[in-house]
Parts: sequence; structure tokens; C-alpha cells
Amino acid sequence: MPPAAPSPPYVFAGFTVPRVMFQVLLALAPVLAVLVYLHGPMPLALLVVAALTALACEALALRLRGRAAKPALRDGSVLVTAALLALAVPPGLPWWLLAFGTAVAVLLAKHAYGGLGQNPFNPAMVGYAVLLVSFPLEMTLWPAPGAGWDAITGATALDTLRTGLRESYTMQEILAGPAFGRVGASGGEWVNLAALAGGLYLLARRVIRWHIPVAVLVGLAVPAALAHLLDPGAHSGAAFHLASGAAMLGAFFIATDPVSAATSDRGRLVFGAGIGLLTWIIRSWGGFPDGVAFAVLLMNLAVPLIDRYTVPRIHGEPR
Amino acid sequence: MSRPAVMRGGLRLEACKTRPFEQPLHVLPAPAIAILALDQGSGEAATPLVQPGDTVRVGTRIAAGGGAAADLHSPVSGAVRELARLAVPGGVGDCVVIESDGRDDREPGLGTCDWRSLTAEALLERIAAAGIAGLGGAAFPTAAKLALARSAGVDWLVLNGAECEPWICCDDALMRQRAKDVVLGAQIMLAACGAARCTIAVEDDKPAAIAALEAALAAAPAAGLELLTLPAVFPLGAEALLIAAVTGREVPRGGLPPDIGVVCQNVGTAAAVSSCVRDGMPLVSRIVTVTGSGVRQPANVEACIGTPVAALIAACGGRVDASISLIAGGSLTGRALAGDAVPLTKGLNCVLVATGDDLSPRSPELPCIRCGDCAVACPVGLLPQQLHVAARADDRSGQDRFGLDACIECGCCDYVCPSAIPLTARFRAARTRRHLHEQERRRAADARVRFERHQRRLAEQAEAERRAFDAARSHARGQDPGES
Repeated sequence: MPPAAPSPPYVFAGFTVPRVMFQVLLALAPVLAVLVYLHGPMPLALLVVAALTALACEALALRLRGRAAKPALRDGSVLVTAALLALAVPPGLPWWLLAFGTAVAVLLAKHAYGGLGQNPFNPAMVGYAVLLVSFPLEMTLWPAPGAGWDAITGATALDTLRTGLRESYTMQEILAGPAFGRVGASGGEWVNLAALAGGLYLLARRVIRWHIPVAVLVGLAVPAALAHLLDPGAHSGAAFHLASGAAMLGAFFIATDPVSAATSDRGRLVFGAGIGLLTWIIRSWGGFPDGVAFAVLLMNLAVPLIDRYTVPRIHGEPR
Repeated sequence: MSRPAVMRGGLRLEACKTRPFEQPLHVLPAPAIAILALDQGSGEAATPLVQPGDTVRVGTRIAAGGGAAADLHSPVSGAVRELARLAVPGGVGDCVVIESDGRDDREPGLGTCDWRSLTAEALLERIAAAGIAGLGGAAFPTAAKLALARSAGVDWLVLNGAECEPWICCDDALMRQRAKDVVLGAQIMLAACGAARCTIAVEDDKPAAIAALEAALAAAPAAGLELLTLPAVFPLGAEALLIAAVTGREVPRGGLPPDIGVVCQNVGTAAAVSSCVRDGMPLVSRIVTVTGSGVRQPANVEACIGTPVAALIAACGGRVDASISLIAGGSLTGRALAGDAVPLTKGLNCVLVATGDDLSPRSPELPCIRCGDCAVACPVGLLPQQLHVAARADDRSGQDRFGLDACIECGCCDYVCPSAIPLTARFRAARTRRHLHEQERRRAADARVRFERHQRRLAEQAEAERRAFDAARSHARGQDPGES
């Protein structure tokens, strides 16, 4: 009679890493659908390029590191990295730039640190940041919604707002421009709505927990609302910030990457709030169109410190 | 009274406890050969008092307890065949093997008594003499635990009838059948430990047991005795967690329940106390759950300590298939049994005869993605994902900070881990390493002290010789004025 496995437990929930990653990919589908609806098939093509590049880089890295490629390729984590990057870049980005960014994300940000579970920085956001600082022009031109992928591209709503304010336009004049929709960026607000829907799905399926997304959104909305209250002429409100750029994608899909996030519930609240606040600061005064990527990377830096000071109380320790 | 939130984390699991109740409680006859493990599950072995060839009767004391071991008594009359190292639930251990003569001659015992007429000391003596040990699984001597509680001045006795782990239902069966004994045992233990109140805590998935206890309490009202129903969530039956849920007091990290005025006993132990104190006879049997898809008719079985597991399974219709696993305990904290020759011990509450349907295979281990599901599940508030890093790296200060000592090894973190990391096993291994290291360190420290003392003695001896030499020389100089 073969004895049972030598150590308990002998039953498991069975919610494995590949299933987690598959759920995340599934939850990104609405975002892809909206992007395709707005910009034609280009986002889908970019997603395929990123996915193929990511798989190739993962296989290469594992080979160089002398590890078995199959289990790592099957865990799906590299596909999530690719999807997040592909959905965050402008749909008109040359494919080889995206391939470069993906390679940076997988080879440098992930495998140079030891692969899955070891990376201190969110790989997709490292790829995004490298692309943004290396190719600022290509990374900031978004096609107008509804136009084909070869249509004239222009600055994003967040960009337009900042440059407009610098050039002393009034808020009403700026918001009347073609880059703006009902509450946020035209088109962008639909992407954000889709990301919100996907995020709520992840919450419902318990793939992610509420602490990080709520903290990000509160950390972004509260300072935006306060600034808008104090000086409506110079600051747009909370609704605009929540419905523009990568706010929802960042809150539900990017900041929630557990590997590079803080690990306790309290730590995650601090981590998320920091991302929200930094996003608002970079959006308001920084030199880049959106702040989510840099906010995430900066808070990734702070994770060891946050983890150090947010260890929960152990049963039996003084309250 | 307002009670605190029952527990952090934990798991709501499929109970798998209905099938054994389709059968009545089987009472097994004494086995032809009884194998008495000297370590009945507490981790410490009793000292054998018999030699091969000695004749014993039912209730003869065959091994003397001490420390974490209780006295051990023969469940049969007959002759000691051998003292041998045999397979036991915890691995391999020294055993006394007794061949029954089938007559079941009994020792006279201490005789019946009215427990109300006895002092606390006399009660504790009777409990100790009966060899009663924690029947919840820990098998720690009950009298020693109660005596410690008494000297610490506890005010609250918690009777553990939670039985939160899947498959195990021997306490449920006992509470249904012997609720009166449980209530009487609670009163005796209250008198023995000096506590003022007793709470019998039962999880709400045992309505029949709760009804039986309610009836018993109504029939024999006793001061300070109450019944408390708790939600069925694993691992609420763990001592420290149950105490917190019942009393709102937390056993301090590194401390024991008496530190906060509480003592906790299992309901089965209480029933054993009532019958043993009343009859003056030692504990030689217990109820054990024999269950799982691998046994034809799962049931709760009352059998003599020392009965081979094979006989327990045979009493339940035998196995359905040869290629199945045997687990002592439930599916979360149980341990694989070496085979069906191992004997029943006081600490064995369940034999899970499992098929592949009952157990889930462990998926291949993947790297930790720090998802934190383990921290959500941990009932003692640890961050297993962080503790795991410290355990693997042998980082002692990290292990202390993240509470390696506070881990109760319930397996909740393992159960939920999406990367299938064997967290509980790693924590246990880290503890063992720490323990061995500590022993090694102590040995080294002792050796160093001995060496230093030795060196000091040598130095003192040399110093004394030098002084004696100097003294002799100056004495000689004083006598010889011709020099210098």
C-alpha cells in the first residue's frame, strides 16, 4: 500500500498560479475590446507581438539560466506582463518598439532578478518606463478615437490639460477640446470603464483583494478633489483623474501585481495610497503624460520599507 | 456576554463527517494481541514496568509516566510477550506487546467512590492513577495539566468539543452517546483544577451533540457550567484559538493557557475522567473514527488502546481497495501511517482510509508570488510568505520577527497556496533545525564552561605550587644569612 505524502495537509484549494494568471488575462478582455472598438485591430496586433516576444524571451532566459522552460511558460505570468504592456502603450506604436519594451520587461526586469517571484519592480512598468524615456514622442501620441490606425495622432487628454494650463488657457477652454470626453479623456474614459469592469470581476473571483485598488483610487481621488476644491481653475477634479490615463488599469491590474507589491493588508493600503498620490503629483507637475508607471516603480522601491513596518500583530502579542 | 470575533482567517472546509453516523457506535472486544506504545502520542515515552513473561490483568500498570507521558495500563489480561520497537502512529517506537488469555481478569482498582467527597488532591491522584491523557490528540497527562492549572489559579475551564477538522467525528459520537459523562467530567475537573466556570464549546455543525449536551445540562444543572455554540471553521479547535474565541483572552506568545487563567481539556478526556474517577479503573479504551472512501462502512469505534488499526478497519467492513493511503487524523493535520499494524493510542482520534477522491495531489511547487492568500488564511496572524523566506534562508531573526514559534502547523497556508509550496513542512523543518542548533549550542556552551573551569583549576594549581615554592625559597633564604 503506498503511504500518503509524507507531510500534511493532504487536501488543497487547487487555485494555482496558472489559473490566477488566466483569470487576469480574462479580466483584461474588456479593455482589449474597447481599444479595438476605438482604434481598430492595431491593439490586437500589438498584443500578439508582445505575447510572442514575451514567450520567446522567457524561453531564452530560462535556457540561459539552465531552468526547465515548460512549467514557467505554462504559469502564464509572462503573458500577463506582455498584455499589460501592450494595452498600456499607444495603439499606433511601431511593433518593434513594443517588442523591445517587452524584451526589457522580461529579460531585465524579471529574469535578471531571478524570475517569477523575485523581481522587485513591476516588469510591465519597467518596460513601459524604458520605452517612455527612450521614445517619448512615439509613446505620447495617441490616435483620435474612431480614426484608423494610420490617422493623425495627437496628445492625450492628460497631456493637453497640463500644456493648456501652462499656456494659461482656462479649464473650460481646455476641456472643450477634442481630446476630452464626458468625464475623462475621450475614449480613455471607456478604456477606464472597461478596466474597472475587469477589476471588479477579479475582486469577485477573489483573484485580487480590495486593499490595493481602493487605496490607489482613494490616493488619487482625494488629493485631486481637494486641489480642485481649492483652485478649480488650475486643477481638474477627481472624476477626470479616475477616468483618464491608466488610472483603472493601474489600480486593478498593475499595482495589484503581488510580487512587487507590499505583502500585508496594511502594507498594501500604504503601497496603493502612495501610488495614487504619486500618480496625481506626476500628472499635475511632472513632465510625462501619465504618472502611473513611475508611481508604481517608485512605490516598488518603497516596498521593503513598508513591509518592515506593517507586520501584523501575531496572536498572543499585546494589542 | 459579548464575545470577540471568533477567529482571524481559517478555512471553511467540506466536513466529510456524515457517513460514520450511518452506523451505530461499534464497541470492539479486547484484541488477542495488544500493542501498547510507550509514547501514546505526547512525544515522550513512559518507562516500562514489566518484563517478557510477566502476567498482567486488565488495568495493571505496565509503564510509569513522567513529564509528558501518562501512566500506561494493560487493556487485556494475559502475558507480556515482548518489549519491541514497532511501527506506531508517530513513526517507530518502543512498545509492550501483550498476548491476551481471553479471560479479561480485572485488577481490583481503586474502587468506586463519590467524587464530591474527595479533595482536589485526591481527585488529581485518581486522574493520574487512571493514566488519563488528552484524548483530543495531544495525549498530555490530564492530571499534570490540571495540577499546573490549579497552582496557577485558573478561573476558567474550556472543554473542547469543536472538532473542526474534516473527517474526525469521534468527539461528536461521544457527545451524542455520553453527554452525561461529559457534564460530570466537567464538574470533576472544575473541582480538581479550582476554576469557577466551565464552557463546553461545540461547533454548530453538530446539532445532535449540542442537543444531547443541552439535555444533560438540563437534567443535572451544575453551577458555572455553560454550553457555547461556535461557527464551524477550521482550525477553531486549536487550543489557543478556541480559548480566544470562548474567553476573549489570548495566550501570550511563548506562554501557556494557565498564564491567562484558563485551562483547556477535550470533551473525550472529560468523559474519561468521569468514568475513571467514578469506577476507580484506569483508561484502557477510547473512541476513534474510522472513515474515508477507502473503508466499506465508516463508523466510530470504541476499542482498547493497543488494538491494531487493521482490526479497527476490519470492524468497519474492511477496505474497498488495497492501493489506498492510511492517515492518522484528518486531512489537514493528519500524519501518514506506516501501515495497518500500528496500534491504537490515546492520542489517535481518527484513521482516515483514503482513496484518491479524498485527497488532492500536491501540484508541482512554483515560486512564491507573494499573493498573500496564506496570510489571509493564517489563524494566528502570521505572514507565511515572509516566514517562508526566513525559514529557507535559515534567517533566525527573521524567523523570530515573523513568528515561527507562533505557528500552530494547521496547514491553512498550504491549503490555499497557489504555488503549492509545502509551507507547513518547511516551518516544521525550520523548527527542528532551530531545536537541534539550540541543543548543539547548549552542549558547546557546557563543554566550554568545563574547559574554562579546567584551565582555571590548572592555573590555580600552578599558582599554588609557585607560591609554595616562593615561600619555601624565602624561608630557605631567611635561614642562610651568608647569601647576598
